[in-house]
Amino acid sequence: MSIEIRHIKKNFGDFKALDDVSLDIDSGELIALLGPSGCGKTTLLRIIAGLETADQGTIAFSGEDATHVHVRERRVGFVFQHYALFRHMTVFENVAFGLRVKPRGTRPDDAQIALKVHALLNLVQLDWLADRYPAQLSGGQRQRIALARALAVEPKVLLLDEPFGALDAKVRKELRRWLRRLHDELSVTTIFVTHDQEEALEVSDRVVVMNHGAVEQVGAPQQVWEAPATAFVYGFLGDVNQFKGQVSAGQMRIGSKKQQVFLPSPDYMQSDALPAVAYVRPYDFDVRRYSPDDEGIVAHLERAVVVGPIARMELRAPVEGGLAGAQLIEAQIPASLFHQEAFTEGETLVLAPRRARVFAGAAQAGFARP
Amino acid sequence: MSALIAPSARSRSPGGTQEPKWVRVCLIAVALAFIALFLVLPLAAVLTEALRNGVHAYREALREPDAVSAIRLTVITALIAVPLNLVFGVAAAWAIAKYEFHGKAFLTTLVDLPFSVSPVVAGLIYVLLFGAQGWFGPWLQAHDIKIIFAVPGIVLATVFVTFPFIARELIPLMQSQGNDEEQAAIVLGATGWQTFWHVTLPNIKWGLFYGVILCNARAMGEFGAVSVVSGHIRGQTNTMPLHVEILYNEYHSAAAFAVASLLALLALVTLAIKSVAEWRQGKILKALGELPPERAGVYAADALTLQPAG
Repeated sequence: MSIEIRHIKKNFGDFKALDDVSLDIDSGELIALLGPSGCGKTTLLRIIAGLETADQGTIAFSGEDATHVHVRERRVGFVFQHYALFRHMTVFENVAFGLRVKPRGTRPDDAQIALKVHALLNLVQLDWLADRYPAQLSGGQRQRIALARALAVEPKVLLLDEPFGALDAKVRKELRRWLRRLHDELSVTTIFVTHDQEEALEVSDRVVVMNHGAVEQVGAPQQVWEAPATAFVYGFLGDVNQFKGQVSAGQMRIGSKKQQVFLPSPDYMQSDALPAVAYVRPYDFDVRRYSPDDEGIVAHLERAVVVGPIARMELRAPVEGGLAGAQLIEAQIPASLFHQEAFTEGETLVLAPRRARVFAGAAQAGFARP
Repeated sequence: MSALIAPSARSRSPGGTQEPKWVRVCLIAVALAFIALFLVLPLAAVLTEALRNGVHAYREALREPDAVSAIRLTVITALIAVPLNLVFGVAAAWAIAKYEFHGKAFLTTLVDLPFSVSPVVAGLIYVLLFGAQGWFGPWLQAHDIKIIFAVPGIVLATVFVTFPFIARELIPLMQSQGNDEEQAAIVLGATGWQTFWHVTLPNIKWGLFYGVILCNARAMGEFGAVSVVSGHIRGQTNTMPLHVEILYNEYHSAAAFAVASLLALLALVTLAIKSVAEWRQGKILKALGELPPERAGVYAADALTLQPAG
C-alpha cells in the first residue's frame, strides 16, 4: 500500500514538531526516517499510525484519504520503541491479541488463531517461547515478538519506532539483516525511525533525512551518502571537518593569508566573497610531512590512534597568533601508510583535501553533528 | 593515601557499607521495642480485656441486638462505599495517570483532600448541606428524604473519607506503567472497553486489590465523620466504632472490647491478605529469575526459514 503525506504540520505548544512535511512512499518500500532526536521523525510515524493527529495536512493510504480514520481502523502494524508487550500475557497470547479482539463476526476460532500464531512465531523463529512471559525474554526476542504481534492483524503498512534502539550492538546488527530479509519476504510497506545513520543506510530502500521538523533529503542510501543535498545531511551522515571561508568565482579560500588553500566549488561560479563553509570527510585528506612550498592546511599532529587498518589522527591547524583556539581536524589514512611515513605525535604535517563540498549562503545553515 | 586508610576502615565495618554490630543491635532493639509498645501491646490488651469475663460474655456481647445492628450497618456501609470508590478511584487514577489535561494538578490535589481534612469537618460539611438547618434541609424535609442522622448520611461521610485510598494506590502504579500497552492494544484493533478489560485491569489488579482492602478497612473503622452525621441512635444509626464508644462510656468495658476486637481482627485480616498478595508477587518474580538462559545463535542467518504469515 502506498502512502501519500501532504503538508503535515504539528505543534506541541510552542515547539514545531513537524513543519510542512510532504512525502510519497511507494507500495512495498522499506523507508527509514533518519534524524537527530527531536527532529520530528517519531511524531511523523505516529501521525501515519493515527496515534497522533496532525494540526494541518492530509495522509492518504493508496490514494484514499485516511486523515480522520481512527487508529483502530487504519490497519497498521506498530512496533513500539520499548516493544509495549502485554506483560501479563504469554508470548502466544500477545501475538493472538489482535485476532481475539476482532468483532465477533470476523473473529477466527481458537484453532485458527493457534495455527496463525504458531505460523507467526515460526516466522520470527521463536515458536519455542510461546508459553513464556515478556519479562522472561531478551531484548532481541521481545523485539521480534512485538513484530509478530503487529503482523498478526495482516497490516497494510508496518511502522517501527527505533526498532533496534534498545539492543546491544551485536544483536542490533543481526536483527537489522533479519528485518531486511523479512521485509523482502513479506513485501509489506515498512517505515522505521532511527537516529543511527549506519542502520538507515544499510537496511532501507530509501532514506528520509529529517531535521527540525522538516525533510532535508529523500533518496536511496547511496545517493544520500554520495550527494548530500544540504550541509545538515553532509554533517549527519558520518564524521566531517568544517572549514569557514569565502567563495569567489567557483573557488573557495580557506586557511590563513600565509597558507591559503583553494577548493573548487562549481556550484558558486557567480559568487563574490560569499561566506561559505567547506566540508571535508576525515578520509578525504592527503597527509604529507611539512615542506614550505607544499600547498595545503598546515597542522600539528596531536594524537594518532592506529586500530586495525585505519590510522585516526587528530591535528590542530594554528590560526594567526599561535595554537590558542586552533581548530581540531580529524583525518584518517590507511595504517600501512601511517607506518611507512612514520609520523609521530607533535610533528607538523600538511593536509591537502582531495575532495570537499562547499555550502554557501543559506545552504550552510543547519549543520549538526550526530 | 587511600591505600593507607582502607585496611583500618575495613576492620571496623566488614561489609564496607555496614554499620558496626552494636549500632545495628541497638537500632533493631529500639525498633522492636517501639513496635511492641505501640502495636503489639494494645492489640493484646484489646483481646485480654474482651475475654476478661470469659468466652460466654464475649459471645453475648456480640449477639446483643444493638451490637448485631451496628455490625450490620457497618457491613452495609462498606458494601456501598467500597464499590463506589472502586469506580471513582479507577476513573480518577485513569484520568490522572494516562491523560494530559488542564487542571490535572488541581484534580490530583482534590483527590487528596479527604486525607488533609479532619473527618469531623467532613461530617460537618454534610450536616451543613443536608441537615435540618442546612442548605438543602428544607427541600429534603419537604420531600421526606432523610440523610443526616440516617444511613445515607453515614454512607456519604464514609465515601468522602475513604475516597483517596484506591486512587492513591493506583496513580503511581499506572503512571509508572505508561500508555504504551494501551496504545499497542488500540493499534491492534481493540476497543476502549477491551483495552481496559484485557490490558489495563490485569496490570493494576494487585494494586487495585490492596487499595480495596485499605479502603474497606477504613470504611469499617471510620469514627469521626460518621459520628457527626449519625446521631447515635442505638439499633439504627450506630456503626461498630460508635457502638464501641457508647459501650465504653457506659462502663461496659468488656463488651466494648469485644466489639473492638472484631475491628482489630479486621486489621489483622487486612495485613494477612496484603502479605499474601506481596508474597505471590514475589514468587512470580522469583520464578522469572530462575528460568534457563536464552538460547544462543537464534539469529543465525542459516536458521532463517521463512513461512508466509497466515
